[in-house]
Amino acid sequence: MQDTVARFEIGYTRYIDPLGKVLGELPNGVRDPAVPRELYRALVRTRTFDAKAIALQRTGRLGTYASSLGQEAVSVGTAAAMRDNDLLLPSFREHGAQLWRGVTPLELFLYWGGDERGSDFAKAREDFPICVPVGSHAPHAVGVALAFKLRLAPRVAVCVFGDGATSKGDVAEAMNFAGVWSLPVVFVINNNQWAISVPRNQQSAAATLAQKAIAAGIPGSQVDGNDVLAVRIVIGDAIERARAGKGASLVEAVTYRLGDHTTADDASRYREDKEPTRHWPEEPVLRLRQYLASAGWWTKTDEEHLLQETAAEIEAAAGAYLATPAQNPRTIFEYTFAQLPRDLAAQSAALTAGPT
Amino acid sequence: MSEINLIQAINLALARAMQEDESVLVLGEDVGADGGVFRATDGLLRRFGQQRVFDTPLAEAGIAGVSVGLAIQGFRPVAEIQFSGFIYPVIDQLANHASRFRTRTRGRLTCPMVVRAPSGGGIRALEHHSESNEAMFAHIPGLRVVIPSSPRRAYGLLLAAIRDPDPVVFFEPTRLYRAAREEVADDGQAEPLDRCFLLREGSDVTILAWGGMVAEALAAAETLASQSVGAEIIDVATLKPLDADTILASVKKTGRCVIAHEAPLTGGFGGEIAARVAENALLSLLAPIERVAGFDTVIPLPRLEQHYFPNADRIAAAAMRAMAYQ
Repeated sequence: MQDTVARFEIGYTRYIDPLGKVLGELPNGVRDPAVPRELYRALVRTRTFDAKAIALQRTGRLGTYASSLGQEAVSVGTAAAMRDNDLLLPSFREHGAQLWRGVTPLELFLYWGGDERGSDFAKAREDFPICVPVGSHAPHAVGVALAFKLRLAPRVAVCVFGDGATSKGDVAEAMNFAGVWSLPVVFVINNNQWAISVPRNQQSAAATLAQKAIAAGIPGSQVDGNDVLAVRIVIGDAIERARAGKGASLVEAVTYRLGDHTTADDASRYREDKEPTRHWPEEPVLRLRQYLASAGWWTKTDEEHLLQETAAEIEAAAGAYLATPAQNPRTIFEYTFAQLPRDLAAQSAALTAGPT
Repeated sequence: MSEINLIQAINLALARAMQEDESVLVLGEDVGADGGVFRATDGLLRRFGQQRVFDTPLAEAGIAGVSVGLAIQGFRPVAEIQFSGFIYPVIDQLANHASRFRTRTRGRLTCPMVVRAPSGGGIRALEHHSESNEAMFAHIPGLRVVIPSSPRRAYGLLLAAIRDPDPVVFFEPTRLYRAAREEVADDGQAEPLDRCFLLREGSDVTILAWGGMVAEALAAAETLASQSVGAEIIDVATLKPLDADTILASVKKTGRCVIAHEAPLTGGFGGEIAARVAENALLSLLAPIERVAGFDTVIPLPRLEQHYFPNADRIAAAAMRAMAYQ
């Protein structure tokens, strides 16, 4: 004879449909019009930054860049759910979250333009720089959360990675550690359906990526990643749950990568053009604007002001980036260790001396 | 003061470091109640509590990654990797993350962590328990690689590793864990992480070794002395960053250089030392550089392992080959 010994289900949350229509009653945290208006500004700012970064790259003035086009709500909603002294461990596509938390467009341009100083954030000093090796920052989030717990600090680590990262052992190990130790950490999957050329259904046979939480003994749920209000609420709940000492969770934000993987990628090699076309009507920026406009909280003038304001800010940052002098080559050595070892000093001297 | 072996010296240094600095944490597989499979962490849980000594789930990359997060947050984690063949998943965290945070954030985030792991063979262990993989780590910029060869140096070097502001991989030769005993003062004195140790002076041939091969080199020196050959024995101890000055000074004095390590010959750290000697002391050499190393084969199971590892005889023979050049 056989009994059921455990049963699980995965919830999905959405408050605003693709046409901007409210589904049911909005929760408290996002009901005040000031909240969606602020989120909208952040979405537009992120997209403006993104467009400028791509333009700079296409004209040879920025390195390879990973666009967040279409996924801005995951980033912005996540960061908006955090407190300033929580800690973000982002993947390479979370510009929206970094910008929200005070990383400047200039710093982001510097980083993507190949300058380490772009990761020496003036604000958000404890936030991690982006993680390029996929998913291997998930265990760092566990270490950070353990540090918070050991110090009894009411802080939460928030780690964002893509759908591809959920195939990695690092992510499985991290969620497992966080479950066993009941740590204040929230893992966020930016599921944009593509890991470079590999689609979601070739990444995992699991019905949802959120259910990977179940095996780690932590809650997992899905949220409409193009509905920034839903992202803000669902991740906010996970963060406050963690802060209250109830442990880690995993949120799968379901979104879509409207652009190429990076500027070095050409998605037409592996993805039919009509697929992004099909997803454009679901994108997060227009959706929120329609919601705001239909509620009477956003006018044409508001829109014009915002576009002018963000364009001016991003253009100024790009100008400052392009005018930033290169670092002294000696800095290659200066930060390898706290103190330059003698053995390395010889190499540093050779660099300074040049060929003789 | 009593005589202790190398594993006890490790334990003593861990306890000392934890006592003097509350940010020092010990984590790994079975390091808690069990005290570590080799007993390096014996008694630490009882003494310092589960907030500072904790068992982890069985996941080496996770252990290293969690240590990175703790270190960046200002703790000083000392992670134990249980056996030498289980350390490969850790390379990703060390090479891609721990060793790079300082430079990629221009000093904003740093990673003062230690990964301790057993190293080498000679104790008739299971498969995957006798690896000498130090060269893989020495190739990683921003990482220090340390291998002690006596209880006293293990104590002092581990203290230095824990106090160091950057990541350190600390390899412990399993064959020495319970071999020689010596008096170790628990005085909190660290040994420098940028110096070789000159263990025996000699004027005819320099023998460089680390970890489990140091004792073999010293034994070889006795054999050589009986044949009127003065061998200078240097325990390299810290492979990265390398104390080339001490090595070159010795080779310039003796004119002969023998390098002994357990790890496979090709790509072993002996090649790096040989290159340094060739670059900087070629005209002082009277004989070709000799490398005595493990073979480029899989380490055999215990019934054949004694044929694999370099030993005093092979080291002495290499020194005598060098002595043939006058």
